[in-house]
Amino acid sequence: MGKINLNALDEMQYDVLKEIGNIGAGNATTALSQMLSMKMDMSVPKVALISFNEISKIIGSEEKIVVGILLELEGEINGMMMFFFDIKSAHHLVDVLMQRPIENESIDNESTEFSEIEMSALNEIGNIVAGSYLTAIATLTSMKIISSVPNMTIDMVGALLSVPAIEFGKYGDKLLLIESQFGEMDFVTGYFLLIPDYESYDKILSSLGM
Amino acid sequence: MSEMIKVGMADLQVCKSPDVLTTLGLGSCVGVALYDPITKVSGLLHLMLPDSTKIRNNENLAKFADTGIQELIRQMLLVGANRSRIVAKIAGGAQMFAMKSTNDLLRVGERNIEAAKENLMKSNIRILSEDTGFNYGRTVELHSENGSFSIKSVGKLLKTI
Repeated sequence: MGKINLNALDEMQYDVLKEIGNIGAGNATTALSQMLSMKMDMSVPKVALISFNEISKIIGSEEKIVVGILLELEGEINGMMMFFFDIKSAHHLVDVLMQRPIENESIDNESTEFSEIEMSALNEIGNIVAGSYLTAIATLTSMKIISSVPNMTIDMVGALLSVPAIEFGKYGDKLLLIESQFGEMDFVTGYFLLIPDYESYDKILSSLGM
Repeated sequence: MSEMIKVGMADLQVCKSPDVLTTLGLGSCVGVALYDPITKVSGLLHLMLPDSTKIRNNENLAKFADTGIQELIRQMLLVGANRSRIVAKIAGGAQMFAMKSTNDLLRVGERNIEAAKENLMKSNIRILSEDTGFNYGRTVELHSENGSFSIKSVGKLLKTI
């Protein structure tokens, strides 16, 4: 059992975790914005301990269909990292990346069908975003983090979140996550979730002198 | 008027006709629907992990296949179900991400299905039908009026088992 009790994190520890989310997501948003040559904003990250019942409320309804990309983390930090884009955003990102003319209908494209090349483009977006997020955190904490290749699934957000929830289910009834939202006006909305396992929280916090 | 009762993750609920029990976005978790066709007492469990004895923090009975099924049966008996008549339908246990992982975490769906079946068998409950495995999420509804169990998935037709 770690020395940090996740049910009783103090203000300071929350702030440190928030800052990690901030730095990671900031780097990732910059990378994405450079890759796509578009302007992107990001929100102030949220660090929340949420119970399983409320898990999907972070992103709306459990049934909302999203593009989810999951990477497993190994090395000194174990756990997972996930991003979500809603379907419209995914179409928009693909169109921008593939330099297609942005038509109005692409903005409202809710189709869950993506061609092979579009899937591969989304995966690549995931790869770059994850890489820059993790590099920033690794540099900050001077820890080694190895990530698996990204894996993408398009499905209900509740179903996707069950994967990290089950991992946390082994320790308690709540999931601690660091969430940041990024976007480009109304076109793109996405979320980063960094979900280290229990022991890794200790390591992260102590590497930063907590 | 029938009421729609939501079952969260690691949660269970019991109802009587004509209410409907639902759980949204089942991924690797398994939904176990139990039904007594005579009294129409229905129960739905959304379990996350196969075995409570392997986990130290196991106070939430609904989180595990073994304790969850026992608890669901107990609560159904309290509202009038007859144990010998209870039948089961199960759904879920998908593998949401196709990773070849060294840890068995990502196979948890499969293990959840096995554990649900084993525990139902131990309690002498017959499984009438199932929609399990594969790689997609499911939203399920158990209609206590007739015991039908409907399953919605992204890009697939509504299925009733």
